[in-house]
Amino acid sequence: MSFDSIINLAYVISAILFVFGIKMLGSAETARRGNMISGVGMLIAVVVTLLNKGMSYDWIVSGLIVGTLVGGIAARVVKMTSMPELVALFNGFGGLASLLVAWAELEKVRGIGWQAYSIEMGTSSYFSSFVIYLAMLIGGITFTGSLYAYGKLSGRLSGQAKVFPGQKGINALMLIAVLVVGVLFAWNGDLGTANKLFLSGVVLALIFGVMGVMPIGGGDMPVVISLLNSFSGLAASAAGFVIANNVLIVAGCLVGASGLILTAIMCKAMNRSLGHVLFSGFGATSQSEGDGDDREPKSMSVQDAYYVLEAASSVVFIPGYGMAVAQAQHAVKELGELLEENGADVNFAIHPVAGRMPGHMNVLLAEADVSYDQLVEMDNINPVMPTVDVAVVIGANDVVNPAASQDESSPIYGMPIIEAHNAKTVFILKRGQGKGFSGLVNKLFVMDNSRMIYGDAKATISELVNELKG
Amino acid sequence: MDLVLLFFIFVLAAFLGLELISKVPSQLHTPLMSGSNAISGITIVGALVATGVNETGTVGMVLGFLALVFATVNVVGGYMVTDRMLQMFKKKDK
Repeated sequence: MSFDSIINLAYVISAILFVFGIKMLGSAETARRGNMISGVGMLIAVVVTLLNKGMSYDWIVSGLIVGTLVGGIAARVVKMTSMPELVALFNGFGGLASLLVAWAELEKVRGIGWQAYSIEMGTSSYFSSFVIYLAMLIGGITFTGSLYAYGKLSGRLSGQAKVFPGQKGINALMLIAVLVVGVLFAWNGDLGTANKLFLSGVVLALIFGVMGVMPIGGGDMPVVISLLNSFSGLAASAAGFVIANNVLIVAGCLVGASGLILTAIMCKAMNRSLGHVLFSGFGATSQSEGDGDDREPKSMSVQDAYYVLEAASSVVFIPGYGMAVAQAQHAVKELGELLEENGADVNFAIHPVAGRMPGHMNVLLAEADVSYDQLVEMDNINPVMPTVDVAVVIGANDVVNPAASQDESSPIYGMPIIEAHNAKTVFILKRGQGKGFSGLVNKLFVMDNSRMIYGDAKATISELVNELKG
Repeated sequence: MDLVLLFFIFVLAAFLGLELISKVPSQLHTPLMSGSNAISGITIVGALVATGVNETGTVGMVLGFLALVFATVNVVGGYMVTDRMLQMFKKKDK
């Protein structure tokens, strides 16, 4: 067996480990081991690549060291609340790496010429230039799209959807430009011209990534993040076609598929199509308020809330992005424990798109050491909601808006919600009378069984904790 | 390598991927995303080749080197952060 075959065989083993790793990430008991198994797969792929003939290690060693230090330190020091933006950032780096790999390959072509390159790869120059362009394009969009998402998630940029007149027209023109440049690039035999076309393609791809994420608001971020995750995989897969490497194609494609599924889950949880999320500029325009319901929300003091909670025998917390902003997860967990000691049944109801990233609330509550069997999914909590004494909504808004199930004229009509309004009493912890991401008036707030507790969520909960302790 | 074969592999992997994760509990969405994101750093293999094989010229090598750095950040950071997250997902013993 030739040395190349051994390397390829090792790649097959890597691919198998990735498959098992992803499979195991799908279940709580095996997830951690699954991640390690896929890590071993990655290690094997890297090591056997280093064994390739004719490799010089000078730059490789320093590159690996720098990357390991940066990635390792970032992964260790980041706060759990900053997890969404870190994932976005890493994702962008993956996209950028694929772009650079494609670019480096074009440089190689420029060095030895199409003829020699085609013979070496055993592919036509048209195909090679097509996949080089494709890997660059997807990688570039992933890179700037993720960076922009990082800016929105970390609060460095406004989380608002940005729309301006003619935006769709400009985006359509850009899409056409990207495609035209791509076709010209693939068709062009002259390497000097091809290089210029490629560089224009890079610029277009980078701008396109920003333009794509711009009209998407903060509450739709879970969809965008999942989609960009899928893209980073597809970029790697395209890079695999460039260098004709199976493990890149398989691993990248697996990630592309898993990201796509996650995207679909997120869209379904909002009852909106992917197209609507990407292009509608949802949340940028304020909605009409005239729904004929002018009841004022009733507020309640923390002291009174304490009496109600103390008497409750079942309590459900419904966290949203506001809990992440207020960093209230530890206080919430403490309150939950005290209520349990008090004899109440305590659960946390998690909406799939609560927060800014898929599973955001679960990560926060896990960080606060909440047992995961207390985290109940939407479909399982709704049937028992009428038996719940107190539902405590912490910084969630649209995901508990009953208009989604009752008001056919509502823009969010049809979106599955956590039916907090069916609980006997609903507490809504909120900083002020502001609206949710969709800009809609929330009918839950004015219902007869609802009480608003205004103020910082963390402070409110800490006060409740003190009351219960005292 | 035969193009059709590469494409064949791609299509099979796509279907495999779609089958693998059709049902994931929502509590694992974030780790799944960051774990699969780490896998997308597999482009590190391409970066290693671009950096190590000297026929790409200086520009190509610099590009390869940068690709290697970013891909390594993606891989190392991605796996570590996922592990850190999963470590927190515990069932309390009562």
